[in-house]
Amino acid sequence: MSVKLRNPGWYRAGLYVVLAAVLAFGLSWAVRAAYGHDTYAHFLDAESIVIIGMIALPLAFLVGIGCFDYWFYWASGRPTRPEDHSGHGAHSWRDYFRPNTDHKVIGIQYTVTSFFFLFVGGLMAMLMRAELAQPGRQFVDASTFNGLFSVHASVLIFLFIIPVFAGLANFVLPLMIGAPDMGSFASGWTAYAPLSTTAPDGQVFFTIGVQFAGASSIATALNFLVTIITMRAPGMSFFRMPLLAWANFSTSLLVVIATPFIAASQFFVLLDWALGFNFFNAAKGGDVLMYQHVFWFYSHPAVYIMMLPGFGIISEVLAVKARKPIFGYRMMAFSLLAIVVLGFTVWAHHMFVSGMQAWIRIPMMVTTAIIAVPTGIKIFSWLATLWRGVLHLDTPMLFALGFLTMFTLGGISGVMLAMVPLDIHVSDTYFIVAHIHYVLFGGSLFTIFAGVYYWFPKMTGRMYDERLGRIHFWSTLIFFNATFAPMHLIGVQGMPRRVADYADQFAGWNLAISLASFALGLSTLVFAYNMIASWRGGARASANPWRALTLEWQVSSPPPVFNFDQVPTVVGGPYEYGVPGAVHGIFGPAKPAEVKATPAGTHAEPVRE
Amino acid sequence: MVAFGVIASVIGIAIGLAIDWFPVQGSTQGEKIDTFWDVLIICSVPFFVLVVTVVLFAVRDFRMRPGQENLDGPPIHGNTKLEVVWTAVPAMLLVGLCTYAYIVLDDIEKAPAKGPERVVKVTGEQFTWTFEYNEGGKKFKTAQLYVPNGESVKFDVGSKDVIHDFWVPAWRMKIDAVPGITTTYRITPKRLGNYPVVCAELCGLGHAFMRQTAHVLDKAAFDRWVQQQVQRTAGGGAAAGGAAGGGGQSASADAKALFTTGNSAGATACGGCHTLAEAGTTGAVGPNLDQVLKGKDEAFIRESIVDPKAEIAKGFPDAMPTNYGDALSGPELDALVKYLAEVSK
Repeated sequence: MSVKLRNPGWYRAGLYVVLAAVLAFGLSWAVRAAYGHDTYAHFLDAESIVIIGMIALPLAFLVGIGCFDYWFYWASGRPTRPEDHSGHGAHSWRDYFRPNTDHKVIGIQYTVTSFFFLFVGGLMAMLMRAELAQPGRQFVDASTFNGLFSVHASVLIFLFIIPVFAGLANFVLPLMIGAPDMGSFASGWTAYAPLSTTAPDGQVFFTIGVQFAGASSIATALNFLVTIITMRAPGMSFFRMPLLAWANFSTSLLVVIATPFIAASQFFVLLDWALGFNFFNAAKGGDVLMYQHVFWFYSHPAVYIMMLPGFGIISEVLAVKARKPIFGYRMMAFSLLAIVVLGFTVWAHHMFVSGMQAWIRIPMMVTTAIIAVPTGIKIFSWLATLWRGVLHLDTPMLFALGFLTMFTLGGISGVMLAMVPLDIHVSDTYFIVAHIHYVLFGGSLFTIFAGVYYWFPKMTGRMYDERLGRIHFWSTLIFFNATFAPMHLIGVQGMPRRVADYADQFAGWNLAISLASFALGLSTLVFAYNMIASWRGGARASANPWRALTLEWQVSSPPPVFNFDQVPTVVGGPYEYGVPGAVHGIFGPAKPAEVKATPAGTHAEPVRE
Repeated sequence: MVAFGVIASVIGIAIGLAIDWFPVQGSTQGEKIDTFWDVLIICSVPFFVLVVTVVLFAVRDFRMRPGQENLDGPPIHGNTKLEVVWTAVPAMLLVGLCTYAYIVLDDIEKAPAKGPERVVKVTGEQFTWTFEYNEGGKKFKTAQLYVPNGESVKFDVGSKDVIHDFWVPAWRMKIDAVPGITTTYRITPKRLGNYPVVCAELCGLGHAFMRQTAHVLDKAAFDRWVQQQVQRTAGGGAAAGGAAGGGGQSASADAKALFTTGNSAGATACGGCHTLAEAGTTGAVGPNLDQVLKGKDEAFIRESIVDPKAEIAKGFPDAMPTNYGDALSGPELDALVKYLAEVSK
């Protein structure tokens, strides 16, 4: 037992967490005693213990489970245990619950954990819709309701959309650009999100949780940048990179530049809340609007952080499933960078009715409208990619086409919202709720589903069930629209968002929306069942069931522990479908025979269910 | 395909314009915003139709047929002309829309060309609004908003605690009420009637119940109302703010009805937040009155209503509006205190 407690792992993590709790209590008690404050009547009353504990416990957990051992050994002059990558790969499901430096294991840890939070966030939405089905209060009181929508949004933004993209990219990206692993050693420590060990509830939980999520976002983004810049395979020039790599490159730039701002804003809030710093207390000379500026300076780019990786996924899926090169590849890459730059110039469009200086609204309106141009370029290029292709209408493709249409609707309502005179009326109404869900559900989530189905054979070595996949798509598309389309109307009619109760005139629509949302929730169960059952017992997947050219499909499914037995050399673009004999990468001059196995259009019948 | 797209666009625009999107149009500002919306619909629908049409036709014409499993499409990498068009056309359209939006914004925020403008000071607090008038040097406060029809009115909006948002959907305009600064907008009402005043920024537990009424009266009725307010204020003491607005409360107020539904002068219903067995209310935002009022005298109950911050029940937020002293008439307050003392014994 004592050996178990001394060596990194779950036991030591548990011990350290207990020690951290004792420290949190002791520190708070000692400082209060030193200042002559009352000691607490009951330890549960003690906000300061909760705050210190919120910071100390997750760190103690990470230290205990062994994330920092290498650094501690190195700092104390003891012989470090060199990272020999012997821990790579997962041999049983238990291996997914240990720290691991294999990008593929981390990718799956991220993705599966994120989907768990999708269900948590979705259940909260169901509870809200149950309350909103009728006017008046039925199931939850106002306080619970406010908590529900706050946590629903935080969970799905910080614990689902952002990390699930990171998860998919963690798995696919190194394979795609021909790297043996992600760049830095520390990549493992983000895998066990500390947030998963503490239920996010209440302002402090959110505030401190954002710090941890933000820190792990930045670490992941730096990791992507390092990997993309330094670890590309020979011959993989920037303009031979798949657009998913471009998308994650752009996203990582956004994360690295923008995330410190939300960290700052939440530190201010924490200091205000815990220690009375009055940053945002107008009565003591604080500035309320400052918080909003700093917050949105991050949170608007964050919208693109939640969208650009999806753009990358769609480019991969559409090119492969339409059997055509991406139309206008260079404009696709440049429009991503244009969105990154413009994304930093539009934040105050969230503040048109906030009472900020009036003149700022005009330039922010213009930049917000103009950001639709690079986004439009992408939509039109995808449409042109479809044209004259050979469309394989299976589940990933259906979700990609669903994304194209639904995201366009979200983009159009976004342009409407950019227009100040209209925004004044619909700001803080259900029109906003409709817009954000068309962008994040019809947009991001559809791309996530497309990506999960598309890479499922590569990640698990199994095929998903195509019939269930189609049922999932159609039920999602129908009930998604039935849920969120009417929200445009009741929003313009004047129903404010974030309310547990509403005027009787909106009762009919709200009942319809609630019923549709329950059906939408049920449709995700089809997805969950398909994933679990297919992972356990689906048909074996061949290495390249989609006849794709990108590198990740040129290795076995699932890939070998070090991805490439031979470092590939990239000799052409990633989407040369229809070009006779085109190859994206070759695996060393020693085995030219393998080259011939993958040219587009000559491969054997893909393995299907 | 082009014909299909054009027909679908026309139908889409027709439906978009036919839908009754907005609440009643109650201000001249609303006219311009509603017209702007129509223009947005006309510009937006063709784009959506374009995307959907191309997707549907591609699915119809280019889906994989049996025997095409190993076929690839033609290796088309791009078309510079096409890419220039779909960059330039949306950009020009968007610049055009922004210009139009700027003109509309300028229009709806412009001060009236002639004559002095009425200024009403609007103060938000958890969870109620107070309106301060200055009519010809006579100042008074009310818990209900009254404005004369057809005259421009400017609202100076502030907050005592957190951020609120002052919105009358029928007037289309809204602005945050921000502690520490004064924000403004102006409207010119153009339709008589009563319209809900809504708080549109999450402000805490009672946010969903932060609702009052804006009354638009004709000029003569508004002047009479001002006279009554001036007299009431000169007479001193707290009286009904809404006594002249129609539906004033009689002296023998029904205390139980008051408890469950509030009054038209801005006193929100007690039962919205409090549980009281006798009145059959089950609110849980504030303390259960059957418990906390047990054995308390009338003086305590009166203080708790007029000055709720004096003593806050343990475990509950400081969330009760402080305007009951203004919003309840003397007789109403007396009746309510007596009623509560009776039923909580």
